[in-house]
Order: sequence, then C-alpha cells, then structure tokens
Amino acid sequence: MASGLVRNGAKRFMSTAAAPASSVPAGARSGWWEAVQPAARDPILGVTEAFLADSDPKKVNVGVGAYRNDEGKPVVLECVRKAEQIIAGKQNMEYLPMGGLVKFNDLSVKLAYGDTAPVLEEKRVAAVQTLSGTGACRLFADFQKRFKPDSRIYIPVPTWANHHNIWRDARVEAHTFRYYKPSTRGLDFEGLMEDLKKAPEGSFVLLHACAHNPTGVDPTADQWKEMSQLFKSNGLFPFFDMAYQGFASGDTVRDAQAIRIFMEDGHQLACAQSFAKNMGLYGQRVGCLSVVCDNSQQAVNVKSQLQQIARPMYSNPPLHGAQIVTTVLSDPELKEQWYKEVKVMADRIIGMREALKSNLEKLGSSLPWKHITEQIGMFCYSGLTEDQVDRLTKEFHIYMTRNGRISMAGVTTGNVEYLANAIHEVTK
Amino acid sequence: MEATSAAAASVFDHLEQAPEDPILGITVAYNKDPHPGKVNLGVGAYRTEEGKPLILNVVRRAEERLLADRSKNKEYLPITGLADFNKRSAMLILGSDSPAIVEKRLVTAQCLSGTGSLRVGAEFLARHYGVKLVFLPTPTWGNHFKVFMNAGLAVKTYRYYDNKTRGLDYEGMLEDIGAAPSGSVILLHACAHNPTGVDPTPQQWEGIRQAIRNRGHLPFFDSAYQGFASGSLDKDAHAVRTFVADGGECFIAQSFAKNLGLYGERVGALSIVTKSSGVATRVESQLKLVIRPMYSNPPIHGASIVALVLGDGDLFSEWTVELKGMADRIISMRHKLYDALRARGTPGDWTHILKQIGMFSFTGLNKEQVQFMTREYRIYMTLDGRISMAGLSLKTVPLLADAIHAAVTGAKA
Repeated sequence: MASGLVRNGAKRFMSTAAAPASSVPAGARSGWWEAVQPAARDPILGVTEAFLADSDPKKVNVGVGAYRNDEGKPVVLECVRKAEQIIAGKQNMEYLPMGGLVKFNDLSVKLAYGDTAPVLEEKRVAAVQTLSGTGACRLFADFQKRFKPDSRIYIPVPTWANHHNIWRDARVEAHTFRYYKPSTRGLDFEGLMEDLKKAPEGSFVLLHACAHNPTGVDPTADQWKEMSQLFKSNGLFPFFDMAYQGFASGDTVRDAQAIRIFMEDGHQLACAQSFAKNMGLYGQRVGCLSVVCDNSQQAVNVKSQLQQIARPMYSNPPLHGAQIVTTVLSDPELKEQWYKEVKVMADRIIGMREALKSNLEKLGSSLPWKHITEQIGMFCYSGLTEDQVDRLTKEFHIYMTRNGRISMAGVTTGNVEYLANAIHEVTK
Repeated sequence: MEATSAAAASVFDHLEQAPEDPILGITVAYNKDPHPGKVNLGVGAYRTEEGKPLILNVVRRAEERLLADRSKNKEYLPITGLADFNKRSAMLILGSDSPAIVEKRLVTAQCLSGTGSLRVGAEFLARHYGVKLVFLPTPTWGNHFKVFMNAGLAVKTYRYYDNKTRGLDYEGMLEDIGAAPSGSVILLHACAHNPTGVDPTPQQWEGIRQAIRNRGHLPFFDSAYQGFASGSLDKDAHAVRTFVADGGECFIAQSFAKNLGLYGERVGALSIVTKSSGVATRVESQLKLVIRPMYSNPPIHGASIVALVLGDGDLFSEWTVELKGMADRIISMRHKLYDALRARGTPGDWTHILKQIGMFSFTGLNKEQVQFMTREYRIYMTLDGRISMAGLSLKTVPLLADAIHAAVTGAKA
C-alpha cells in the first residue's frame, strides 16, 4: 500500500493547490474552523487599540494601566537602563530552571515579605519566577485546582477583568464578595465581611495587596487586621495579588502592609508579584509567585509541584527581565535609585489626582469628587456610567474602560483641564 | 481569637515532592557532581568545541542595537506579540511566497518558545476542534504528553522509531495514521526528530502527507530545529511547506531557542494555516482568549532580537553562516564518535549515529547501560539512550567512546 503512494509522489508534491489524484483533495473538504465565532475584544486592551486608531489631535488615553510621564510618554527607568548596560555582553542565554532565576526569586520575596522575615529565614517560602502578575495568578490557580480541586476562589467586586478569566480557565469554582460601595465610592467593609463570613472553610480569597484595580480603594490597616482575624477563625486562604508595590504610596514597605499584617497573624498565604509597573518592565513579563508553607521540606515540595505545572505551559520563564530586576535589587546604589524613581512615579500620580479634583471643583461640579484623592494607585474609579463614558469617547476622544476606570497615569498637566472639562460636561 | 503563629497546618500539607523533570533533571544532577571530568550530554543546548554555551554574533549585534536605541520602550506587546516578528517568523518557515501568506489565510501568534506555542495551540484545539485526540510519535520529546494532556486533549501514539533498524518504521507509521479516527491531530517533528534524530525522506514525507490528508487528520508541526538539522533553513522547512502547498490546514509551533541560541529568552511562534482570511481573523480573536488568562502577552526582548535579525539582510546572511557552522560541528562530532567506536572495535552497528540528523542521537543504549556510564564515567544523558551531540567536543569524544564501549561490552544487559 505504502509504496503505491510513494511512486507518484516525487514530482507531485511540488504542485500547488491540486493534490495528487490518489488522495482525497484537501481543497475539496471544508475547513475545520468554520464554526469558530469571533471572540469579544478584550475590554481593556481593546481600548488602546481604538485609541490608536483615532486621529483626533486632542485624544486622551486613560485606558490601559501603563505609566506615562508628564509628556504622556512611556518611561524606561534609569536604574533599568543601567542594569541593562551591566547585563549586556556578559550573560549567556541558557534556559533558566523551570522555577526561574533563583536569585531573582530570593530578592522578590524579600521585597514582598521583608528582608528579615522569619518565614524567609526558616526557608518556608516556595517561590517561582512567573510571566508577570498574570502568570503568577494562573500558576497559582492551576495549582489550587490540582491540589484542592473542590475549593472555591472568592473574587472581589469589581476586580481586574482578567482575574475571572484566569480562575475560569483553571476550572476553579468562582464566587464573589462585595468590595466597592458606589454610594460612597469607597470600601463596602460590612458587605465584604458579611460575604466572606459565608465562605466555606478551605476557600481561597483573592485580595489586592494595595492600589486595588480598578477602584483604587484599599482597606485601612485596622480593616486588614479584622479581615486577617476572620480568615484565621474561618479557615480562609489569603491570596494576594500585588501588582503595585511601591507604586501606590511611593513606599514599598507601606504598600506591603496588608501582607505583613497577615504574616504577623501566622497566615500561610500566597502572593503574586509583578514588576510590570513598579519597575516599568511591562513587556518583559517579570513576576514571582510565592507560597508560604509549614516548613522547608513542604516549601520544596510545593515548588516542585509548581514547576510541574510550568513545564508543560512554557518550560521555563524568560531570562532578560529577571536579570534586570536581580541586577537592580542586588546593587545597593541601583536599588536606592529605583526607590527614588518609583516615588517620582507615585508622586506624579498623586499630584494628578489633586489636579483633577481641584479642576472639577473649580468648574463648579455639584458631584462629590473627593474619592479621586482618597483612592490610591494607578486607577480612579470615577463613578461615571457606561453612557457617560461612551460620550467621553465619542464627543471628546477620551478613552477609558466602560466601567468608568480612569488610568491616572495617563493624566498630564497638559490634558488634565481638558479631561476635567469633559467629565464635567457629561455629568452636569 | 487566636493570634499565635503557625496555628493550622498548611492546606498543602498533603503534597509530595514531584519527581525531577527527566530531561532538565539531568542538568540538575550534572551540576551537583563535583567530578572535574563530567560531561553533560543531557539537555539539548548547543555547546562550542570548548564546551561553552554560544551566543551568536548576530544576536550580540542585534542586542547592541536594541540597547543603543533609547527610543525603544518596554511597553506591553499586543496579546499575540510583536507583529513584525510574527510576519517574519511565518515567512521563515513557510517561505515568503507561500500561498498561506499570499492569500492571507494564516494567523501567527508570538508564544513562549516551542513549548508555549504547542500549549496555546493545544488549548485552542481543546476548545474549538471536534476531535480532541492527538497522536504523538513513539518516542517523542517527553514534555509533549503533558503539554497536550494539560490542555485537555487525549493522547495516543503512532509507531515511529524502529529499534531493529534504528531508523523509521515507515510502514507502522502509515498504518497507525490510517487507523486513527478521522480528523485526529497528528503531531509531526518538522525535522531533526527529538530524541531519535530519525527523519523521513522526502518520498516518505509525501506518503505521510497523503495518509494524513486521506483521513482528514489535522497535522501539527513541532519545528524546533529549522536550519539546525541540515544547515539549510529551506531544506529543513521542506516537509512543512509541502503540507501547506496542498491547500490544507495545519498548525505549526516554531522555536528560536536552538537555531538562534535564544534558549532562555523563550522566543517562538504558533502559526495556524486556515482556509480563508475570514477564518484566520476569527481564529486569531479566539487565540487571544487562550493567551490572555495564561500570561496576558509575550515577552518582548527575544522577539525584538529575532525580528531584527530576520529583517536585516546582513544580519540574516551572517546568521545563515553561523547556523551552518553549528550544524557542521555537530555533523563532524557524529563522524568523530563513529570513528572512535570503530577504532575501539565496539560491537554493534553504529552507522545510525551518522544517519541520524540534528542535535540528538538515539544511541540504542538501554537504561542500565546509561546508568553505568553516568556512575563510572560521569556521562550525563537521558535514560532513553539519547545523547546531545551538541554537547560533544574533540576532547570528550574519546571519553564517551570509552564509556559506550565499556557499557556495551561489560555492563549487564
């Protein structure tokens, strides 16, 4: 049988569309993908696509959460540039281990938990390098599914949209808890505690460590303490997504206070860290997933299992970004410089919050706007409705996500008045 | 309320330590070994004659250019990656005049090297393809199984390697392809089969193509060694191009880990050849939904390097020369090893070392023999008898030949 097929094969395979007569012509059969529907556009990344397509000179992009300087330009930190010079020409490009660059992991967890945290000294933390914050969340979600298949994840309302996608793709049963209170544009603490009290023991809870995305609303230290006690008494697992350490208040220690509070109470938590925003390494995809364990052997076990999930997903994580972070964090001068640069970014955003609020008040807006300065981090949950957002886009070429989230990083001294005017127009 | 530390046991207390990855674990063991004469023939990473990893000249130059360009930023790439990289990667594997490219019925997404491209493709298939079954050759790269299984596909195998001839079991392969349920996904190594180094001839590829198209199967190519196998980029792409030329659909996972030496930067691409540009657009939108909850968007550094090299005439030419240099060194190591075994009068027919192609040789040694060689001669290799020829040098060939000789003549079967 086989030789019959081969005999005519030699010249035939050079021909184009028409397949050899001896086989069923591939062209005759209809394709396999006719039933594939066009997927909905990503609600966040789709905003930038639309912005780029707009030719109006006054257009403003306050959509995606990427930092911009006061000229509206992306920034590569000087400490990062210096680190790249140091790295250039020196390293090889061999595969990292599945769990990533060990030194990077060590420095990351020190940043998150504190240099002298007892759990680190006792080697109780399993840490792996991941594809930024998304990758860290996904790795944990898959891990949760594999080892606690019947457990639930509790997700705040609202949250970064991709959180739902991540746990859904990991096939973990997802529930929500109240978080944002529209009437106060602040935290719905009573609702939060009520909902989490109903969560069955053994549930996992997603918490934004600081600078909640999209609302910018964070619990106070006392509220974090109360939550920590609830988690202990009810056997809930705290999973922190920390994408803005240093970026929120300008102080990396302060921004990690929620995690430190839970650690003091003896929780065995997990944390997804991202260096996308605070080191401006967005496209390099640098992150770390850490899981606090009972003891060092368990940490070894957990790390090995995390690696088993990473291997059939991407084998090992990318090198370049992790080298940059390691170089910055392990060089005292570069680290100092980083602290300064991250504070500059945080301060500029805080300044823009103040400017936007005072502009709106000057315009005589009757609506309350103090939430603009009470919220923290990259985003402001304006309270604008979908219709108002659509008007902002259509009439004023201002691009933001339809939940009314404004990326303050996109606000500059050059556009803050225009933005305030437009918001006033659609809300008066 | 308790405020003591470490009250309840961890929720992950029941976990056991996972076994080392069979391939990457070899390097772990090698690194632990204090013996100065140790040789690592485990993981498939190219080494120079001095046993050092190699950063290609063109990569260094591309990196320098990127570093010097202060206008470049580190913003997020789109979900499907760097457009220029995608375009050029597709051209590299398909040929710039490929009907799939000309007719715009191709979608390419930058992914995390070969592994990531396979996984994203597999996840897409699990969601949108009617037959959730993939056939892998026996043997194949160990990680293939988990990649497809974790994506939610069932995995079966087809005959491939013939132990007796140390070549291709062509009849068995065609039989198994013919018996597979119509529409199955068939994973094919585009060239330089890993771990055996045994590739079909062009005539055999034509028979395989017909068998696959006859059954309405979906071919999924894993192309990790383009240019590395024969030294020629076009020659190594031949099989893939014949499948695209017949007008049918296919998936292609490309890796730039080996041929551009970009291992740790994780650069690869998934290309899906469809019937029409309309289908391609819809497929792309669905691919984004797979990628976004996995890692959002791919890393920029490696892809920028590749785009530069592929897009610059001088760099591209220089790359082809460096690539041929690597392929030629490996071929010369094959000859040296073969000669050394003949010189020692090692029993057995070792011509398969010459006939096999690419980075690996499937020696035919069994598990006990391999363990013997590791123990007594500090040769680190995978237990299936695969050696990475790229890890050999003029200096280490005699040691390996001695080890093989001792294992074959002395060690218990």
